[in-house]
Amino acid sequence: MTQSNAPLVGQSVPRREDRALVSGKGRFLDDIASPGGLHAAFLRSPYAHARIGTADLEEVRAMPGVVAVYTARDLAALLPGGQRLVTGLPSSSIAFALDRPILPEHETVYVGEALAMVVAETRAEAEDAAEMIDLDLDPLEPVADLENAARHDAPKAHAHLPHNRLARFGFSYGDIAAAFDGAPHVMSRRFRIDRGGAHSMEGRGVLAAPDAMTGRLSVWSSTQTPHALKRHICTLLARDDAEVEVTAPDLGGAFGPKLVTYPEEIAVAAAAQALGRPVRWVEDRREHFLAACQEREQLWTVEMALEADGRIRGLRGTLLHDHGAWTARGLNVPYASGMMLPLMYEVPAYDLDIIVTVTNKTPVTPVRGAGQPQATYVMERLLDAGARACGIDRAEIRRRNLVTPDRMPCERPLKLRSGEPVILDSGDYPRTQATALEGIGWHGFEDRRREARARGKRLGLGLANYVEGTGRGPYETVTIRVARDGRIKVNTGAAAMGQGVGTALAQIVAEHLGRDPSTIDLTLGDTREPYGFGGFNSRQTVVAGASADAAARVVRRKVLQVAAHLLQMPEENLDIAADLVIVAGSNSGEGLSLAEIAAASEGLPGYRLPGIDTPGLQATERVLIEGMAFANGCLAAEVEVDEATGAVHVARLFLAHDCGRMVNPQMVDGQILGGLAHGLGNALYEKMCFDDQAQPLTASLADYLLVTSAEMPVIEIAHTESPSPLNALGVKGVGESGVIPTAAAIASAVEHALEDLGIEISEAPISVQALHAAIRAARPGGPE
Amino acid sequence: MSDKTTITLTVNGVPRTIACVPRKTLADALREDCRLTGTHVGCEHGVCGACTVMVNGAPVRSCLMFAVQAEGAEVRTVEGLAPEGGLSVLQQAFIDHHALQCGFCTPGFLMLITGALQKDPDMSDEELTEVLSSNLCRCTGYRNIVRAALAAAPAIRASVRETAA
Repeated sequence: MTQSNAPLVGQSVPRREDRALVSGKGRFLDDIASPGGLHAAFLRSPYAHARIGTADLEEVRAMPGVVAVYTARDLAALLPGGQRLVTGLPSSSIAFALDRPILPEHETVYVGEALAMVVAETRAEAEDAAEMIDLDLDPLEPVADLENAARHDAPKAHAHLPHNRLARFGFSYGDIAAAFDGAPHVMSRRFRIDRGGAHSMEGRGVLAAPDAMTGRLSVWSSTQTPHALKRHICTLLARDDAEVEVTAPDLGGAFGPKLVTYPEEIAVAAAAQALGRPVRWVEDRREHFLAACQEREQLWTVEMALEADGRIRGLRGTLLHDHGAWTARGLNVPYASGMMLPLMYEVPAYDLDIIVTVTNKTPVTPVRGAGQPQATYVMERLLDAGARACGIDRAEIRRRNLVTPDRMPCERPLKLRSGEPVILDSGDYPRTQATALEGIGWHGFEDRRREARARGKRLGLGLANYVEGTGRGPYETVTIRVARDGRIKVNTGAAAMGQGVGTALAQIVAEHLGRDPSTIDLTLGDTREPYGFGGFNSRQTVVAGASADAAARVVRRKVLQVAAHLLQMPEENLDIAADLVIVAGSNSGEGLSLAEIAAASEGLPGYRLPGIDTPGLQATERVLIEGMAFANGCLAAEVEVDEATGAVHVARLFLAHDCGRMVNPQMVDGQILGGLAHGLGNALYEKMCFDDQAQPLTASLADYLLVTSAEMPVIEIAHTESPSPLNALGVKGVGESGVIPTAAAIASAVEHALEDLGIEISEAPISVQALHAAIRAARPGGPE
Repeated sequence: MSDKTTITLTVNGVPRTIACVPRKTLADALREDCRLTGTHVGCEHGVCGACTVMVNGAPVRSCLMFAVQAEGAEVRTVEGLAPEGGLSVLQQAFIDHHALQCGFCTPGFLMLITGALQKDPDMSDEELTEVLSSNLCRCTGYRNIVRAALAAAPAIRASVRETAA
């Protein structure tokens, strides 16, 4: 129990999740026992694009342990509500629907797409059988290259499509022609950001178990959105809402791709129901590389017009966005990119044309950052180029253009996808930058750089400002109830994905109800609650936090009202301490227990309720939040570039950060550190490579490199807390913060280290080979 | 492939006899046949290290070892790090330093650190830090894992030396 009177919100309370996890008692999807259960394995497409012929399944069905084999046609009989997953967000800009089939019948459109499912007694037997399925596949020309995909003579990613341009939309305001007409400086650049994965250490997985006695279907899935999964299962299997329960057990990380419902989840649920036995599928790493959603590939052709003093006059260009083979989430990623590009700077005129292109690659949905890292990369690269053109310091050009704190809350001439205006809610961007500059030693670095250069070392400093859109509404449900045993039960649609949201919500609730988080029992991702969303867009501490705070206040009031009635004392003289209602300020240890108060609150037959006008100590809140809370930061990076090899060593990162009021500072830092590590991967290592037939070439962790502890630089973080006016707690999200500026700041630093060679960085990740080649080209004679 | 082999091994000090097919990995045998699900499988190709356990006192990737190869071996998993209900110094350090988030990779790191110091208690802090790059974590950015390992290392070293003496 917390003794001090300092608010619980704001303290680094130890995480309630940890003890079980360090003891090996976590309960991840594949840890759940299902006696008598079966195992599923999928035959996955070896081609990026092929026509599907017939399969002879007789031999496979006779293989050891095999219980059932399903192709699209077999599965159709089990899916009365339809055979496609409609998971995309609506947009009038979308030219044609590309909803994913559970299993495709006529055509496969990316390597790794599930084509058939085997259910067997063991996973090994299911895999053996899936491998033996002889399915006729007639390869078609794939769309492997994003740039070519948008061309009119390109092959079609789906044979029936008129073209590959799924959507064309944009952002436009101000007089863009005037901004460029006669501008003293125009920076024209092209940038390429590559595709990567999320790579939670636990892959996806689903277990479905029908109950023969009740007819109900229980589903466990490693998902960020159990409510969405339940909705899709009920729709496609034509089951009533009350007959299906979806639970997200402990998640071994998620980082975006577990946000959408997948075909495998539906196929497994359908098979379990049909076979009357539990069926489990656990994604292996290779499947995660092929079939879990990915993100980031974008090609930008952009121009920035500047005044002579570095002030931005306008920004225009084209964004070509790789959508992958199906619409799994919609236009949210390129939308976020386009919205983010000019967001935190004063850009008087903006015109961005966004072309969303279908390719024969794994579908694209958010991966930690969701379009924001790309936009930050592009904007910050342009500003570095602009600083050089104007002959001013890279920090100074930013300072001259950043939105200033006197304008907060600051409405931008941009709209959220809801149509609501984008309003930067709070923060002091110039001061955040100044903090980062001071932290990294920006002024005075030239001496260090010169001195290092004399020793043959090339040092560079870089920086990147960013905002992170967090707290996506409209709401998350939180129900709080004081149970008859005095325990505080919190049920919410908010879903845990390893980030510690349970600890944060318990802090928020305990603040009002006894200040002892150990009295609280949480049910997260609760699909018995009909209205809920789950975890994405760094939203849950904001939206579920707001509902938790509101519900806890209501329940507190009711507790005190009942206690006041029972004790015959004024309500305002009472307080809650742990599981007791006490006389405020008393430390006698005596009081009325929450258990007694809860029992009294239920009422007695024939008597009036004790001091309350609705029975029970319970409240459900769904606080509506329309705007987004924008966290902000400035990352400064110091690197050393090995001129002989092109290797980049990141020596130090300093992040000045502001995510509003912090609920749990230690967890905030944890989120940032993890994001920075992912961002470091995006800056230097993580790249999904494909051949010209869209065949993935990096489908193992030996080929696709995740950052290890050896690559982690020294990291310092400085926080400012500018409360968000959008919620009562003043909080903003932080889950994607670290990943957004990292590639941009490191590219800036690498350019700085190679300044005299005139090398510009325009790709992420920066490969050693490409940098080595650029150094060689800039200096044909080789290093001095 | 389906003929089962009987193997006898000791897991966390408890003798076990299990029957499994020759192709079953030690990781799967621990999880399925011993119902010790604290050992996690992250990549099944020996890179991520989530499945790290100790076999005869040394850290081993249990996804790269067949169960039958553990015949007669002493295996220690995360469940054996501390007596029931207790925590080892290292487990407590992971909590204190916020060295875990989702916790999926955590048992592997705990066994890696414990196993590395068991094998070589004289390992320097720098060497221990280097060893940590054997395993992958996607949540923490590693810094807090390094802190927890270095904080717990003196106590682990002392305990290993005491047992050896």
